[in-house]
Amino acid sequence: MNRQSTIAVLAAAALLLSMPAPAQAPKLKVGFMLPYSGTYAALGEAIEKGFRLYLAEQGGRVGGREVEFVKVDDESDPAKATDNVNKLVKRDNVDVIVGTVHSGVAMAMAKVAKDTGTLLIIPNAGAGAATGAMCAENIFRSSFSNWQPGYAMGEVAAQRGARKVVTITWKYAAGDESVGGFKEAFEKGGGQVVKELSLPFPNVEFQPLLTEIASLKPDAVYTFFAGGGAVKFVKDYAAAGLKDKIPLYGAGFLTDGTLEAQGADAQGLLTTLHYGDGLDVPKDKAFRAAYAKAYGAQPDVYAVQGYDAAQMLAIGLNAAKGDVSRKAEIARAIVAAKIDSPRGAFSVSASHNPVQDMYLRQVVGKDNKVIAVASHALADPGRGCRM
Amino acid sequence: MDVATFLVQCLNALQYGLLLFLVASGLTLIFGVMGVINLAHGSFYMVGAYMAYALAPAFAQVPGIGFVAMLAAGVGLALMLGWALEWAFVSFLYDRDHLQQVLMTYGLILVFEELRSLVAGNDVHGVAIPGWLAGSVRLGSLMDYPVYRLFISGVCVLVALGLYAVIARTRLGMMVRAGAANREMVTALGIDVKRLFRAMFAAGVALAVLAGMLAAPVSSVYPGMGNQVLIICFVVVVIGGIGSIRGAFAAALLVGAVDTFGKVFFPQAAGVLVYVLMALVLLWRPEGLFRAA
Repeated sequence: MNRQSTIAVLAAAALLLSMPAPAQAPKLKVGFMLPYSGTYAALGEAIEKGFRLYLAEQGGRVGGREVEFVKVDDESDPAKATDNVNKLVKRDNVDVIVGTVHSGVAMAMAKVAKDTGTLLIIPNAGAGAATGAMCAENIFRSSFSNWQPGYAMGEVAAQRGARKVVTITWKYAAGDESVGGFKEAFEKGGGQVVKELSLPFPNVEFQPLLTEIASLKPDAVYTFFAGGGAVKFVKDYAAAGLKDKIPLYGAGFLTDGTLEAQGADAQGLLTTLHYGDGLDVPKDKAFRAAYAKAYGAQPDVYAVQGYDAAQMLAIGLNAAKGDVSRKAEIARAIVAAKIDSPRGAFSVSASHNPVQDMYLRQVVGKDNKVIAVASHALADPGRGCRM
Repeated sequence: MDVATFLVQCLNALQYGLLLFLVASGLTLIFGVMGVINLAHGSFYMVGAYMAYALAPAFAQVPGIGFVAMLAAGVGLALMLGWALEWAFVSFLYDRDHLQQVLMTYGLILVFEELRSLVAGNDVHGVAIPGWLAGSVRLGSLMDYPVYRLFISGVCVLVALGLYAVIARTRLGMMVRAGAANREMVTALGIDVKRLFRAMFAAGVALAVLAGMLAAPVSSVYPGMGNQVLIICFVVVVIGGIGSIRGAFAAALLVGAVDTFGKVFFPQAAGVLVYVLMALVLLWRPEGLFRAA
């Protein structure tokens, strides 16, 4: 044996000896497919932070396995969604996918998850089909369906005595589903949607439609807008002098993360969502304190949804002893569980969407103050879901 | 639709059209005179809006004149930005084909978006309307009309008149028109085309920035806002006839009207109506409404 190979053998032996004892189970690979750039970047970050917070509270383990993360920026681009999700499934071999914000991207992810059987937890996107026609044993949602806040607001509007309502939204799936939910509850309550106004996404030239609203003189207006469009709509609505004449009701995203920009024009607006400020829930107070301590910032609804996505994963995997292939057991455990969320405890429906209280919130200063429960334990009908 | 509603909708159409003109005029100027397809035009609009967001608090200390001073300061900064960008990037593009121009200016979009994300973050921000413009005027019994929107329209009309005066009545305007018609000939006549182009690019950037600053208080300030504007601007420029300020003006008003009444009467088709308009105009006049001259 020559000198060089002796050294090599010694080195190899040393390396073997210095390695730690093998872990009992390989690490659990969680793939985040979230927007880390573009309009929704802040939402993606909040979801990840919430998710990691819960994991840290569990000592970094679920189902007895340590967790490692892989990240893909989905750019909120449906055109790249299938490629991106395949990267996680085929290249990185992840056990679980967590994502995403954009409904179009989430639908592409649901399609791949359904085909490959990879566990998917959707921490925001509200597309009805994900827990409707596209539902599957391995697809879960920790947030809401677009139908839910709309339906809750429909009940509120009817109770408040509105009879003739105009709706306005962007002409795309989320807007249609939200308005659909509103209309269903509102007309059940004896009201009538006299006109459904819409404009192409993401157009923000609202003035012609505001003029239309002014001439129709309805009792109230229901709207679904988010982000920059929500800011502009609320400001334009007030500037047109409509705010004091015709009450404006919205799905919660109208005033979430946008209050600083909307300023005085948003004060007093009523919206419905599954989370809000000033909730009398002990878990929420603990969550907010822990989040502030970990990240030096206040959590928002997206952080809550990320936190709960991690809870759902933990419940499922603990029941299956960390084995992601035991899908039936995972699903059974999650559906049977009461999830101790900062939003208030919720359960998960047979089609895997949260059954949760929808809060009625009013804008006070920079807060969406919860003033009542608009709809108790509201379950999405999960239309078209066959499992 | 009663008469009052119809008149308000006409006002909406006019007001939207004028704002479109303000953004599109810079694009058609750069395209027409320099032959550069500037995809980054929307980014300059976004830069303007963020500039308003950054500068507004400082200038709000000065009541009244503060807002106008901010617009002037913004236009000054924009001229410098345009001058520097032309020197550093765009001046290398004149002899190359359109594909390379598209690639370069598309790259600029990505750079500006990333810079925006680094400097200002990804949140939506509002810009306060200055006090003296904050009110509304009553339009019959129907609705209120924000004074600020009328102010925007006023500024747009002033800019349109100013551009017309410069281009039709001054020596600089003569060079611009000549450059649009036949660049080689202008060079042969001994005009310093380099300086002319640099000034034109800076002016184009300044127009986009001004539009962004003016629009910021009503549209708010958010990521990706430039891209939305860019597409509709190209529609305006193409309908109007590439390089023609007059054409851009007419086309902007036309697009404003079609978009406004389209949303009211044909909401299902509102998204495609302006493109249908563009296709029809191009079938009728492949060069656009007004040929650059």
